[in-house]
This record gives sequence, C-alpha cells and structure tokens, in this order.
Amino acid sequence: MMNIRGYGWLLWEGVRLTIAVGVLSMAVAVVLGLLGAWGKLSRSWIARGIAGVYTTVIRGVPELVVILLVYYGVPTLLLDIANITIDLNPFIAGVATIGFIYGAFSTEVFRGSYLAVSKGQIEAAKAAGMNRVQMFVRILLPQMWRFALPGLGNVWMVLIKATALVSVIQLPELMRNADVAARSTHKPFTCYFVASLIYLMITIVSMLIQQRAEAWANRGVRRAA
Amino acid sequence: MDIAIIQENIPRLLQGALVTVELTAISVGIGLCLAIPFALMRVHRNPLLRIPVYMFNFYFRGTPLLVQIFLIYYGSGQFQHFLTQIGVWTFFRGAWFCAILSLTLNTAAYTSEILRGGIEAIPFGEVEAARACGMSGFLLQRRIILPKAFRLAWPAYTNEVVFLLQATSLVSIITIMDITGVARMVASRSFAFYELYISAAVLYLILVYAVLFVFRKVEYRMSGHLRSPSLVS
Repeated sequence: MMNIRGYGWLLWEGVRLTIAVGVLSMAVAVVLGLLGAWGKLSRSWIARGIAGVYTTVIRGVPELVVILLVYYGVPTLLLDIANITIDLNPFIAGVATIGFIYGAFSTEVFRGSYLAVSKGQIEAAKAAGMNRVQMFVRILLPQMWRFALPGLGNVWMVLIKATALVSVIQLPELMRNADVAARSTHKPFTCYFVASLIYLMITIVSMLIQQRAEAWANRGVRRAA
Repeated sequence: MDIAIIQENIPRLLQGALVTVELTAISVGIGLCLAIPFALMRVHRNPLLRIPVYMFNFYFRGTPLLVQIFLIYYGSGQFQHFLTQIGVWTFFRGAWFCAILSLTLNTAAYTSEILRGGIEAIPFGEVEAARACGMSGFLLQRRIILPKAFRLAWPAYTNEVVFLLQATSLVSIITIMDITGVARMVASRSFAFYELYISAAVLYLILVYAVLFVFRKVEYRMSGHLRSPSLVS
C-alpha cells in the first residue's frame, strides 16, 4: 500500500523546498510583523492607517487569491501601468506572498507582546538614559520574544500548511511533487496520503521545537510549582 | 485597468459568490453537527471514545486542507472498484460532494477542538450545582454544559467560520466555480488577471466582514447578562 514505486526521492526533494519556502516566508513574516506592530502602535496616523489597512485586507482575503493575484496579476499590472516586463520566479513569488500574508498575522502577535511588556520596564529604560534603539534592542525585544513565541508558533503551524498552496503556481514543493507522483503511478490515494503524513511529521517536529524554544525563552522566569 | 471586463463579469462573479456562500453554509452546518458529539467524546473519560477523536482531529488539523481535498477527490479513484461495489462511487465522482466532504471533515476537527476548549473552561461549580439540582447525563449537557461552552467558544468559533469561508477558495482547484473558480476561468481566457483577482478579493472581503458583523451581533446578544447596565439607553 505504501509502495510508491521509487517516487520517494521526488517527495523528498519536495520536502526540502517546502521547508525552504516555509522558513524564508516565516522570516519575511517576522520582519513585516515587527514593522506592522510598530505601525499599529505608532503615534503617526499615516503609519497606523497603513498597518490597519494591511492587516484588515490581508486577513479578509483567501491566501489562494493573494497568491494568484501576486503571481499572475502583478506582472500584468506592471506591464499595463508602467510598461515594465518582469518575469516572476515561482519561488520568490511564493515566499513573498506567504510572508506578506502571515506578516499580517504576526503583526497582531507582536502588537500583543509589546503591550504585554510592563510599562515600568520602558520607564526604567528611559530613566537610565537609553535612546529608542537601545531601548528596543536591550529591553523590549528580549521580553517581547517571550510573549510572542506561542503566537509565532501558531503562525508557523498555519504557514507551513499554507505553503501547499504554492503548488498552484507550479513550484515543485511537496504538494506539487505528490501530484506528479500521483499522476505517474496511478496511485493518487497512496501518494497524497504519504504527503499528508509528511506534513504531519513536520507539524509534530515543529511542536517539539516550539516547546523547547518556549522553555528556553522562559528560563529566567520563576514559577510556582 | 480594464473596467469593462469587470462590469461584464459581475453576474458571473456574483454567481460564484453564491456558490461560495452555499459551500460555507453547508459545511459549517454539517461540521457543527459532527463537532458537538466529537467534542463530547473528546472530553470523555473512556479512552475508546477519546482517542479516535483525538487522532481524527490531529490528522485533520495537522495536514493542509488542499491535501485533504485531493485525497478525497483524486484519491477515491484508487478505490473505484470497492466504492462501486458498495454503491457510493457516484458521490465520489462529483467534485461538489468531495468538496463538501473535505470541508466538513476539516471544520468538524477544528470546531470540536474549539468546543472542547469551551467545555473545559466551564467552572466546575456550575456542573456541581446542576448535579445538586438532580440533572445528569443528557439533561446536564443540554441545559448547562453545551450552552455555556458555546458562549465561551463563540469568539474562536467566529474565527473558524471566517477561515472556512476563505478556505472554500481551494475547491476551485477541483473545478468548482466559486468566486475564485470564476475569477480564474475568466482571467485565463481574457488575460485580465489583476482586474479579476482584485474583484474576487473585494467580494471575499465583503463576505468575510459580513460574517464577522453577524457573528459579533450574536455574541453581543449572548452576553447580555455580562454587561453592566448602562445608564444611557
């Protein structure tokens, strides 16, 4: 039943690309999330407005539509309005789109974790004469990580599953390769089932890493019991 | 920007929106009917009831919905012979049935975990009080546990419905003509990619915020006893 006639290597190649897309988009999402949270908490109404529109729109539109819009829409849009021809590579388009979508979700995570840092810490940093960059790097960031880790872990779990959607723009990641294997072996159930088990393994490993990371981030916190 | 092509295809897109709403309503409805017994089994003391539901939920929450859709739609072909023998192959041949089935199972898994959270958050005193009044079994579930669990789980359930509404876009890949399906078909014929995908995105935004509006209203109605009486109204 689980014999997929030598197509195992194809799935393995796919897993490597899935993880690459996942990790890189997560990096993009974290950067955008920090920027978005900064915008949402900013005193300038322009920054607040941009960040507000970003999170509101992205969270209301399906990932698939955003992926199609970026991959097929952006090149035609640029051609129409500026007469520029660009050839989007599916890998870059996929990473950028998934990162952009989950940046909106991590914006909320970082906003929450900033608000969770106690005000006295910020006052103390100011009183000690730190400038804004020093305050951010030395005081805010180390504490925000701790509050943000559970939320970021959830974002990652959803993100790694969303990478399967990149298969619609022909990027040969796990889902796409499972599709190819299903067509050539005429055993669609077996191929997709193996792919689903691989996704399940990735989820399990991620959960274990998340537990470790949270334990590590909270190593300085005193707990009753 | 070709406005004419958008105007021309508005009726088709609205037809697609109807399909999206139908898919969402049917899967949310059936999914909820499955999720309630699942949630009760999930918190049951008997491991024979608890463990199968735990595994079902773990599988459906741990794998991408796209894989689940393909597994049911394309994967069922591998068992064509067997499915014909038991007389259900006609269902699996159609994209609509497979779409509803996969969306329903997926949302049932997520919803039952959300409800489990609600059930576990019920203060034990309330259950104890109900037992002291002589309620047990089905009566206790119906009068005390489920209403309270629903109220506690409502905000999370709202999110799940919104996610499912967006997730229905995936069934366009198995040829169903929902909003995304219509947009993809028209776009690939007319090469007006961004016009159609932006229109599709706008339609989804309207649907998502309409669902949120309704669910917030319901939440407000359900939490009347928690609001402090205001002096104004």
